[in-house]
Amino acid sequence: MGKQILLKNIDVPGLADFQVYRKLGGYTAVEKALKTLSPDQITEEVKKSGLKGRGGAGFPTGMKWSFIDKQSEKAKYLVCNYDESEPGTFKDRHIGKLNPHQLIEGMILGSYALGANTAYIYIRGELFYVLKILEKAIQEAYKNGFLGENILGTGYSLDLYCHPGAGAYICGEETALLESLEGKRGNPRIKPPFPAIVGLYGSPTVVNNVETIAALPWIVKNGYEAYAAIGIGNSKGTKLISACGHINKPGIYEIELGLPVEEFIYSDEYCGGIRNGNKLKAVVAGGSSVPILPASLILKTAAGEPRLMSYESLAEGGFQTGTMLGSGGFIVMDHTTCIVKNLLTFARFYRHESCGQCSPCREGTSWMEKILTRIENGQGTMKDIDLLVDIAKHVEGNTICPLGDAAAWPVASAIRHFREEFEEHVKLQKCPF
Amino acid sequence: MPLLKVTIDNIEVEVEAGTTIMNAARIIGGKVVPPAMCYYSKLEGSGGKCRTCLVKVAQGSARDPRPMPKLVASCRTLVQDGMVVQNITSPEAMESRQAITEFLLINHPLDCPVCDQAGECHLQDLSYVHGLQETRTVEERRTFKPIDIGDKIKLNMNRCILCYRCVMVADQITEKRVHGVLGRGDHSEISTLIVKAVDNDFSGNMIDVCPVGALTDNTFRFKSRVWFAKPMDAHRKCSKCSGKVVLWMKGDELLRVTGRKDKYGEVGEFICNDCRFEQKEKNDWIIEGPRTIERHSVISQNHYEISPGESVRMIK
Repeated sequence: MGKQILLKNIDVPGLADFQVYRKLGGYTAVEKALKTLSPDQITEEVKKSGLKGRGGAGFPTGMKWSFIDKQSEKAKYLVCNYDESEPGTFKDRHIGKLNPHQLIEGMILGSYALGANTAYIYIRGELFYVLKILEKAIQEAYKNGFLGENILGTGYSLDLYCHPGAGAYICGEETALLESLEGKRGNPRIKPPFPAIVGLYGSPTVVNNVETIAALPWIVKNGYEAYAAIGIGNSKGTKLISACGHINKPGIYEIELGLPVEEFIYSDEYCGGIRNGNKLKAVVAGGSSVPILPASLILKTAAGEPRLMSYESLAEGGFQTGTMLGSGGFIVMDHTTCIVKNLLTFARFYRHESCGQCSPCREGTSWMEKILTRIENGQGTMKDIDLLVDIAKHVEGNTICPLGDAAAWPVASAIRHFREEFEEHVKLQKCPF
Repeated sequence: MPLLKVTIDNIEVEVEAGTTIMNAARIIGGKVVPPAMCYYSKLEGSGGKCRTCLVKVAQGSARDPRPMPKLVASCRTLVQDGMVVQNITSPEAMESRQAITEFLLINHPLDCPVCDQAGECHLQDLSYVHGLQETRTVEERRTFKPIDIGDKIKLNMNRCILCYRCVMVADQITEKRVHGVLGRGDHSEISTLIVKAVDNDFSGNMIDVCPVGALTDNTFRFKSRVWFAKPMDAHRKCSKCSGKVVLWMKGDELLRVTGRKDKYGEVGEFICNDCRFEQKEKNDWIIEGPRTIERHSVISQNHYEISPGESVRMIK
């Protein structure tokens, strides 16, 4: 195994228990931060560590924090985005389930850095069992003086609450999440203003992914240099990858950014190769919304360089020949997979999850699903393939939030790289698989 | 406060800080004004949803001249000093507007011949300018049965474009909203929860703000095409509202009462249900005279002669 930051103690029995976590050095980062570091110093540490948002967009975390107006008289909020529901992504649930105190410790550090005295964990409603574990852990943290009034006698106070979502993927979009947290219908807000200016209850707010926050204790404890020494280029640190599909060892892996994709798929340390010795056909590298790549382009870039698991390398070639690291939902497909059927599954998901607020997404996602259903069922025409490309083009970039893009990219990329398979469906008037 | 300079389709205009691109364009007027299906200047928080008003910002501001990476909703994007906007001069914006129009029509029944809104429908106007000649959909359309939400208002969800205007009207000018958007995505709909009636003094304004024929006046249903009715400005003393309305007359018969809409289809002052639904005799009103109607409107057909300037007057 490579570097272990997030999953280091994950196999220790009873890790969810406060005492076990504490014995392994838990909450020492909070002690260090609250007693020896100023909030700005922590922000600076995080900035220099090169930590990027692990929810999908990969925005530098320290920079996101620095957009908060510290002089504002309004309350500031840190909100943890635990609404993990992207198809193929199942990494965050692991942290809350097995190591909830790591997340809580991260929340304390982040809140302290931002000057927030109230923080929220917005957790996907379906993860009810994780919510239970988290709530118990939060109670323990309160009991041991790490949450509540005057933490460790430093004068800093923090209240931490969990709020379960009600079953909408769209609430993972940060402004829809805030609406939902405020008790409203989870429709994304129109930006600007961004949450750093007008966020939760109209106050400056930072929304961070679970994995991002869980990395904070290690960074504070070991210093930014240690974190920045891991990884490659501008992709610092480690990343959780939830690998699934036609591989021998599906699961959640912590990798050092920069690991070659080929090694990740074929080495026994990670995915262990393709099932039954089958041929690799395609990979969706970062959750269902990122562009799909055929085997040739996921293992090597168009320039012939080995493709690495990093923000830069996966994005090399733009959307023509590249993709995104996204949230780390790594979906592997062997040669028995029907790309059209897989795409239809994705399209159905996005149609179902569109909030319906803006017209391109509401109507476009449903139209694309209907056409794909036709093609998969052998009732499509050659014109339909071009029509799909055209619809995807007009949904992308024209919507209020990124769900439109997330629905359009898989369609555009599947046709870009596997057009002949769509044409075969039309010619044969049935699915060839 | 110094004024901000913004250029829209090569026309320069100076506006106050806090003005949106849409409202700056409305100051210029004419063809550079983007169409608005969901934005409604009288309703706080409206806009940004239909995406028909997307424009290209070729230069963000004088200080930061970079273009904005995506098309922006002109109704929700604030003008910066030195901003350069392209609306009808941007092929990209025009292409996306055509696409948005197509999206809005995918599930629309195109039943204009039997729709009371025909003639004053913004979707009709939009498709006339930006619609495709032929349809590219073969899919079955989403259908709902028309329902009465309250005794005066007919809801035909098939025609709805989910602009949220009626929801905002209910939120902002009535005491309690009892209808809203249920469900999500393409299966979302405007409705009342478990067929509750919309019943309050100002509910009728939902009809006025609806850009399409989704919410229509039950008391006017199938009585006349709007362009056969003569609009007259009129008023009465009313304890609930301003009492300033438009009467839609056919001979001496009063067919319908609405708020006074400007050229963008927005009413100046919301009116109460008493004025709208209960005062249906000519004698209930003090008639001020014929209403000025924009020449582009089909309502001006048959009844108007062209006079110099933008608008025309009714022939008496």
